[in-house]
This record gives sequence, C-alpha cells and structure tokens, in this order.
Amino acid sequence: MASVELKSVSKSYGGNPVIRGVDLAIRDGEFIVFVGPSGCGKSTLLRLIAGLVPVTEGEISIGGEPVTDVPASKRGIAFVFQSYALYPHMTVARNIGFALETLGLGRDAVRNKVAEVAKLLKVDHLLARRPRELSGGQRQRVAIGRALVRKPEVFLFDEPLSNLDSDLRMEMRIEIARLHDDIGTTMIYVTHDQAEAMTLADRIVVLNHGVIEQVGSPQELYHTPKSRFVAGFVGSPRMNFSPVKATGVGADWLLAGPGGLRVESHVTGNRSTPATIGVRPEALSIVAPGSGRLDGVIERIEDLGHEHFAYVRLDADNSWVIRLPARPREDRDTKVGLSFRDEDLFLFEESGARLDHAASHERSAAAVAQPSGGGMAA
Amino acid sequence: MSLKLARADRRAAWMFMAPMLIAMLVVAVWPLARTFYFSFTDAYLDDPTNYSLIGFDNYLEVIGDRTWWIAVRNTLTFTVVSVAIETVLGLGIALLINQAIPGRGLVRAAILVPWAIPVVVATKMWEWMLNDQFGVLNQVLISMGLIDHGIAWTANGSLIMGVVIFIDVWMTTPFMVLLILAGLQMIPGEIMEAAEVDGIPAWKRFWSIVLPLLKPAIGVAVLFRVLDALRMFDLAYVLAASSEQVMTASIYARNRLISFQELGIGSAASTWVFLLVAFVAILIIGVLRLDRAAGEAA
Repeated sequence: MASVELKSVSKSYGGNPVIRGVDLAIRDGEFIVFVGPSGCGKSTLLRLIAGLVPVTEGEISIGGEPVTDVPASKRGIAFVFQSYALYPHMTVARNIGFALETLGLGRDAVRNKVAEVAKLLKVDHLLARRPRELSGGQRQRVAIGRALVRKPEVFLFDEPLSNLDSDLRMEMRIEIARLHDDIGTTMIYVTHDQAEAMTLADRIVVLNHGVIEQVGSPQELYHTPKSRFVAGFVGSPRMNFSPVKATGVGADWLLAGPGGLRVESHVTGNRSTPATIGVRPEALSIVAPGSGRLDGVIERIEDLGHEHFAYVRLDADNSWVIRLPARPREDRDTKVGLSFRDEDLFLFEESGARLDHAASHERSAAAVAQPSGGGMAA
Repeated sequence: MSLKLARADRRAAWMFMAPMLIAMLVVAVWPLARTFYFSFTDAYLDDPTNYSLIGFDNYLEVIGDRTWWIAVRNTLTFTVVSVAIETVLGLGIALLINQAIPGRGLVRAAILVPWAIPVVVATKMWEWMLNDQFGVLNQVLISMGLIDHGIAWTANGSLIMGVVIFIDVWMTTPFMVLLILAGLQMIPGEIMEAAEVDGIPAWKRFWSIVLPLLKPAIGVAVLFRVLDALRMFDLAYVLAASSEQVMTASIYARNRLISFQELGIGSAASTWVFLLVAFVAILIIGVLRLDRAAGEAA
C-alpha cells in the first residue's frame, strides 16, 4: 500500500502537450477515478504513473519514493488493461503465475499463490483453460488476478470494464468495489462511465485537455461542481444549460433567458456576471404553462419504464431534458411550464467558472452533510 | 430461397468460374497430366509422338542414377542451411526494425531492395563481385592484407555451395524479415506492456511471449521458403550451369529433359521433384500442427 504524488507532471508528444502541469496527491488506500471526455489525457496520466510512458516534466513519487526515473517493473504497481492483455498462448494458471516464475519461488509456492488468487476471483475452475476459451468477464477476472498475485502497492485500471456488456459491467463494478474493501490497496481507475466513477470513487479527478478541472468526492462534484465543464460531465442525463442576459438590480442580478426565463439571483462572493444557467434534469418538474420559471413545448418523451425523459424545446437553440419518475400527463407538442427550486439553480460566468448565489449555499450545506459516509469512511 | 432460385445461383456461379477453370485446365492441369503421362513412356523430345509405355522403368532409372542422388543431397543441403540462416537473420532483423527507431520507414524500404532484384541479375552481379581477378570482394580482402591472391569463389568446388547459399540468403532474407515483421506487429502492444509491468526480464519476454506468439508467422515463412528452396533452379544454374557441386534436383530434371532430350526420364525426374516437395510440405505442415497441439496441452 502506498500514496501516490504527482508534482507538476507534464507530457507532450512531439511538442503537442497532452498533460499540462498536473498536481495530485493520492492518499494511501484511496480509490481514485480519473474521468474526462476522450482525448482529455486520463489514460496517458495513468500510463505516466505506471511508467509505461516517460514524463516530459515533473515528478512522480509512490509511497514517498521518487519514481520518475524508475522503470515500470520496479514501481510496485500493477496495471489492468482495457483489452485485458492476457498472454493468449498460456493457460489461466500460467497467466496469473507468470510474473512469479522469475522471482525464484518454488513451483508449489507459485501454484498455491495462483490458487489463492483464483479462488478469490472465482476463476479457480478455469485454471487449465486458455484466454480465448473464456468470456469477457472471466478474462477480466484473470487480468485482475494477474495484477493481484504480485501484491502491488498501487493498482492501476485503464477502462477495465468498457469491453463488457452492461449487466456484466455492473457485476464487475461491485466485485472491484468489494476487492478494494478487502485488500485496501490504493487504486487508480480510468473510466468514461459515470456510474463507475460515482459508485467506486473516494475521490474523482475530472480532466479536461490535460488539466485537472476538479478533484473531489462524487457528491462534491455533483452538488458543487467548480465549473460548467464539471457540472456538464457529472450526472446523467447531463445538466441543462442556457445562456442568460444579466441585468444588475442593486446587489442582485435579474437573469433573462430562453423560454421566458426570468430569475432574480443574489451572487455571493465573487460578483462576476452570470452568463449561463444550469439546472439538472432531475431538479425540474412540469407545471401548467405560465406558472413555472420558464415555458416550452414537449418535443419528445422517452419511456424507460422506471423513469421518463421529456425533451422540452424552449426556443430554436435551446432544448432541456426533464427526468420524471412517471410518464407525464402532457402529450407531445403540448405547451408546458417548467419549475425548479432556487437552490437547484447553477450559475456560471462567461469563463465557465461556477458562481455561488444566495440559494446555492443551502444545497452545498445539505450535500456536505450527508455524503462522505459511503465513500471515504469505508 | 426457393430451389429454382438456388439452381439459378449455382448456374451463375459456374458461368463466372468457367473462364478461370478453362485457363487452369489449359495452362496447369494439361501440362502436368502430360508430364505425368510421359514419365511412364520412353519418349524423346525430338519426336514425342513416337513412344511406348514402359511402366515404372523411368522412375527406377532416375533413382538408380548416382548424379540424381548428388542433386538431391545438394538440394537438401542448400535448403536446410539457407533457410536456417534466413530464419535466424530474418528474425533478428525483424526484431530490430520493429523498434521505434528514427528512420525506420526508410530502413524497412531499403531492406526490401535485394528481394526486388531478379534472381538472374542478382546472381550475375554477385558473380562479378566474387570474380577471382576483377571482383571487388577479393580486392577488399587483398587491400586489407588478409589474402595475397584472389580466391576463385565460384570455381572452387568446396566454396561454390557456400556461395550459392550466401547469395540466396542475401536475396531472400528480406522476404523472411517481411513475414516475421508482419507477425511481430500482430502482437498487441498491451501484452508486451503487461509483461513489462509484471517485471518479466527481456530475455524471458522474448522466449516465453514473443517467440510462441510468432510461431505461426515463422512457420508459414519457413514453409514458403523451404518449398521455394527445394525446387531452386535459377540461382545455381546461372552461377554454375550443370556443375555437379551445386546441381539441384530441378537442374538434374532439366538436364535429362533438355540436354539429353529424354522426355520420359526427364518427366519422371520432374515427378520425383514434385513428390519430394509435396512430402516435405506435408511434413512441415504436420509438424506445425503438432506443435500447436503440444502447445495446447502444456
């Protein structure tokens, strides 16, 4: 077990920066998830920590030891690849035990360790098979077993579940969470799947264009995103955004936007001008036209059984999605009003940074009161 | 699909295949069948219409000929030694140029040049370079003081087989490199990265991962080269005509057929060459399959 520290780590390929000055301190035993859109550098950052690609600038240390110039094999890490990267010509047993063969352990010692790990991952009945005779989920278990058998200080996962179908993905997600609870090793996990990030992480690192946008617990990111980017990235379906025109009224702002939106808001702290508002789909409800905060026309309703999405067009450029527990009474092409509570309103300035306003403090306070129980303390 | 439709489809398929089938019959099956047929006759090339069937006499005649066995031994020596050297060299060079070194593309293109040169041209070129009086190789060796007079590389009976093998290696190693390189590039990079993270030493990575994964590619390359080498004719013929030291089985068949005008015996010798090649091909394919089966069990 070990902490991991990155100090102004940068990586460029042929003068093309991919990671720009990343600072990050990962605590011993923490489960960290890197998320971000494709091409944001999350996999590259993981490979830098693994030592599979050399850093261009900056320092990496694992367990307090600087490892910037240490080869991958000596960093005490294990890496689980998206493609599993099993040795196709070896049996499951040899795949798991291969790294031990060179350590000079006896045959029996290797066999015992392999058996122990295989049992933990429920692949003990597959030891004589070859990777191509296994299902995707079994392959991933073997890949994790191969990492586990070396008792690494840090586990690195590069989108390990993205080749699995959704049922299996959920099952493996729970297995990985259980594994982390059991062995308590530091884990760094790259994914583009929100559900994985939200459910597995102690802290999520949101990356954008090679820069860390925000680091925080899933609840922090959901309730108090630092920027429009994070707000749009965490949550599914994504937050609804609309541009607004702000007029100063004393210390308050009067915000006017599409769909007849008119909101009065008191921005606290930094008093920049709000340029965009955001409301999450689950914070909206449908009311009679004219009686909500804004009006629109239902364009489409998606019925998923346990939840329903209504797409409401506000004007030519703006359409919002509303998440509803039951099918709305209103039909397509009906004019409806949309309502939300003040504390569910997010304000962003032109640069994308989120602005605190009078009501948002209630939300933050409420969010910070409940959350961490599931994440950190475990 | 109805029966009628299926029948129409089949008819169309045959119609599309017909030109190809006719061409194959005319240029491949017919000459082969004729050769096979003539191998059982006492025909001569000057008057192939006048002959009688004599059973297996020609086959016995060929295997009773001392020169035939010399030719077979030469062919086998040439095949085993040249293919072995080409495989080892090809593997080495492929591993080298598979690395991300600057100018790799250029090296890859350059390495193919010897293979692109026609055999006759390459052989003549080397014959000149190896010439005992005017050859550049002897010049270099003399100026370095290693020898004091030129060596007759292509005239010396104990050297000429070496020369033939050397030229063949020079010409066809690129082919080996190409096939093995293709095999190397089929190995997913993440597998090698996984081994790296696992702390597997470089030699073990090569021996336990790269080589087993390359086995099919190497096997196919060796098969191609062996079949090619077993029926080798041009290189030895251009370099030494009918000299017994490097006479291959193909050259022997050609001599009987063209030089001695013995259509029957020449055909029988050609059939023997065919049987030899077919036998070795089946052997190699069998061994490859066996290896794969053994790999499964391990």
